Amino acid sequence: MQSSDIVNLLKEKFSKEILCTVYFRGDCTIIIKRDKAKEILKFLKETPSLDFDYLIDVTGVDYMGARQPRFNVVYHLMSIKNANRIRVKVEVPEEDCWVETVSDLWATANWHERECFDMFGIEFKGHPDLRRILMPEDWEGYPLRKDYPVGSDLGDKEWKTFKDILQQTKERA
Amino acid sequence: MALILDTLTEPVEVEEGVKVVPAANTIIMPIAKLASWGKRSSIWPVTFGLACCAIEMMATGASHYDLDRFGIIFRASPRQSDVMIIAGTVTKKMAPIIVNLYHQMAEPRYVIAMGSCACSGGVFNTYSTVQGVDSFLPVDVYIPGCPPRPEALLDGIIKFQELIKQEPYKQRKR
Repeated sequence: MQSSDIVNLLKEKFSKEILCTVYFRGDCTIIIKRDKAKEILKFLKETPSLDFDYLIDVTGVDYMGARQPRFNVVYHLMSIKNANRIRVKVEVPEEDCWVETVSDLWATANWHERECFDMFGIEFKGHPDLRRILMPEDWEGYPLRKDYPVGSDLGDKEWKTFKDILQQTKERA
Repeated sequence: MALILDTLTEPVEVEEGVKVVPAANTIIMPIAKLASWGKRSSIWPVTFGLACCAIEMMATGASHYDLDRFGIIFRASPRQSDVMIIAGTVTKKMAPIIVNLYHQMAEPRYVIAMGSCACSGGVFNTYSTVQGVDSFLPVDVYIPGCPPRPEALLDGIIKFQELIKQEPYKQRKR
């Protein structure tokens, strides 16, 4: 099955949900609305002819100042049986920042969604254990957002434990 | 009965400040020299690595470069260690753990910053990375490189031994 066939199949079933499709150097990307994102992903997984049984990655993108809505959540899917790949992008606005979890469809999504939450602050509704996965649990802010400080010096946003260590060092000297 | 190999009873100066009486099987030297000789000849670092520099540190410890010949044996407990080789990128999340380990070490304790990340943060001027471990630990030797080759680490360790040798005999306050 060609990627254009996959897109046609999706367009038949979810014509209103698909915002656009992009083909670039053999890659196929579909950009969809958030409301039925999980249904579409479930359809991609559970339709026998598509059979996208492998979720390669879940990531986020921050388009602050470049386009609206601000965030995208990107799913890379692969069908091991058919050797097909597809990229699904879900648009997420800044206020009301959530998507539905797919960790019940692909167990892999559990940690990927936690990472995405940790870095971008996107809430995955229905996630069984949505905690930070990389940063310390009491870290404030979402480091991969475009409005986060770029360098190591975070100023007021610095992690409290690290601030205390620097303070103690200063006092000891 | 003691086996006397040499019958010379006069002290012989073998090095500045170190005298040997061969017939008496005796060495006469200042305690400072003896202590520093012992210290620099049995440097025990903590088994502790943070990133790719740790791989290079392991290579230095293995048979080809062989740290054992300097009396350097990695210890699996900070309580038995003299020096901490900060081998790799220091993240803010790791900082409290490093401080904890450092304070668990018995005095006198030393720190070697290995590689650009430990020295200055290296290329990682980012939200998660400490810009040089010297922002919260007193570093004695800096070894540049990304990562430093085992030869560079060995050179750093020899410099560190030199540093112990020149150090006055007194309690280090840290």
